[in-house]
Amino acid sequence: MSTGIKARRWLGRHALHIYGVLAFAYIFTPIAYVMVFSFNRPARSNLTWRGFTLENWTNPCNAPDVCNALGNSLKIGVASTVIATVLGTMVAFALARYRFRGRTTTNLLIFLPMATPEVVLAASLLTLFLNMRVQLGFTTIIIAHVMFSISFVVVAVKARIASLDPRLEQAAQDLYAGEFETFRRITLPLVAPGIAGAALLAFSLSFDDFIITNFVSGDVNTFPKFVYVSAGRGIPADAYVIGSAMFLLAMAIVLAAELFRWRRAKNL
Amino acid sequence: MATAEAGGDLRLSGVTKRFSAFTAVDGIDLTIAQGEFFAMLGPSGCGKTTTLRMVAGLEEPTEGSIHLGDLDVTHKKPYQRPVNTVFQNYALFPHLTIFENVAFGLRRRGVKDVKKQATDALDLVELGHLAQRKPAQLSGGQQQRIALARAVVNRPQVLLLDEPLGALDLKLRRQMQIELKRIQTEVGITFVHVTHDQEEAMTMADRVAVMNHGKIEQLGAPSDLYESPDTTFVANFLGQSNLVPGTRTGTDGGYVVIESHGQKARILQSRCVPGSDLLLGVRPEKIRIQEAGDEVPTGLNRLTGGVVVDASYLGVSTQYLVRLPWGQNLTVFSQNLGITERFRDGSAVTLAWEPDHSFGLAGDAAAGVDEEAAALAAAASAPQG
Repeated sequence: MSTGIKARRWLGRHALHIYGVLAFAYIFTPIAYVMVFSFNRPARSNLTWRGFTLENWTNPCNAPDVCNALGNSLKIGVASTVIATVLGTMVAFALARYRFRGRTTTNLLIFLPMATPEVVLAASLLTLFLNMRVQLGFTTIIIAHVMFSISFVVVAVKARIASLDPRLEQAAQDLYAGEFETFRRITLPLVAPGIAGAALLAFSLSFDDFIITNFVSGDVNTFPKFVYVSAGRGIPADAYVIGSAMFLLAMAIVLAAELFRWRRAKNL
Repeated sequence: MATAEAGGDLRLSGVTKRFSAFTAVDGIDLTIAQGEFFAMLGPSGCGKTTTLRMVAGLEEPTEGSIHLGDLDVTHKKPYQRPVNTVFQNYALFPHLTIFENVAFGLRRRGVKDVKKQATDALDLVELGHLAQRKPAQLSGGQQQRIALARAVVNRPQVLLLDEPLGALDLKLRRQMQIELKRIQTEVGITFVHVTHDQEEAMTMADRVAVMNHGKIEQLGAPSDLYESPDTTFVANFLGQSNLVPGTRTGTDGGYVVIESHGQKARILQSRCVPGSDLLLGVRPEKIRIQEAGDEVPTGLNRLTGGVVVDASYLGVSTQYLVRLPWGQNLTVFSQNLGITERFRDGSAVTLAWEPDHSFGLAGDAAAGVDEEAAALAAAASAPQG
């Protein structure tokens, strides 16, 4: 057998693996870059490698304002997530369970914020707030974040409700549970994973948002805003530390959830 | 709230259910006695499940009323009536353990000794050892039993079973049929069982209502339905029937005489519908098959000039398909006793049976025929060569 044929066979067998490794490299290189540069010796900017240090990690609030911005982002994220999740879940139940005039239209309109370019939304929100003479700040940011994340919550929760077997609720009612008991004991626990997923999505959308926030935030600083502004004069390594920490935290949550599921499945 | 002692029959009066233009259940009157094992049998779409759901309270009747003893439950919510259901797909709560599934109804009713009653119910279905599992970890047959325990534990006045064995394989289904019957005898609750499986209905139920197009075609003990069907639908849906078209020519003692293609047969007057155009009915296992020339004992109905077109050896019996001179095929089951000879394809035969086994019906001879079986019969009788 010639080496040419051998090489072709080898490639045929391993093409998918090679492709997979390359795809992962493509996805994870920027993240790896962030992590590596979070250990870079501090200077005015963090663009060139100057040597390893743990200083940034031991004192992440070193750069002026970075932790203040992070705190604001977390506060806004939690508030808008709670509001968007509660309202969105209620909308999802209404759309999934009741037939009313304008239901189809509502179903369509729910998608509109997702489909509209963010800058356009941002500009129109700013115009709205200015015309109504609303003071820009925490309130306006939270209103804006609830507005764009509620659609995602509705879509995610609605999908979960739709996958619910209606006979489970009928069975609960057949077994002497009234409407409220049925909702509390059967419907809500079964829809809960969907609601939790929607809440996580809403939080990450809020935490991450720059465009709309930048328009409606007034002088309140958020983490994405901080990074954007400092990019002009050099992003401090502390931002890389916070970014890495957020990433690691998210990974830890995912791993813990998997571990929990795996252990529960094994124990049963 | 749900005590069997309160007692009483389940009465449906003029119950009708319409879904916009479609009438699913059409004016059903029915009384099911306390403690009875009652089956509703019919093809899909005949209204049996809708009837069941109205008794459960999951559908509201368009017209008519439903009573449990003296209690009018027509418009009561499902959780307000002493009735429990075993759902077709079991509908076990996936996020609760088996124990909590079974205890669900007890807890909602505020029963005191939940643990003991739920444990007893699990023992009744012999699955006490699985109490801490989740439904997804159980096999189909086990889930079925849990669904039963979850309903029975509440000691409802009426237990509704919606095709409860439909998802099980044949062997398990037969086993569960015996189990269900045992449990029903043990707890003494009225069972209303919906099924499209005629064998299931006949082996388990005290009485069977055969339903078609939202109406009850016939109601009675399984043997009455089988031996004396009132309609061609019942004759064909419950087992197999041979229906030979003929004309009423007169009476002979207590018998109606019917003539079909020049051959005469007798039907008990009490088993024959009025009218002159009749269908002479006889079940395949009632027919004796014998060689064309052989003497037929006097007093028997007979059809001569038959030719065997197909003989299938089934072990306990042989199934013959016999073509009569006018082209109609009759089915005959002949027990393999070892004393009668077996006939080959092409044999000339005479068919004979006791006149008391005949029944006279009117209407469409093909109503309720199992289409699959009919297709097989048609294939077997197709011209050969």
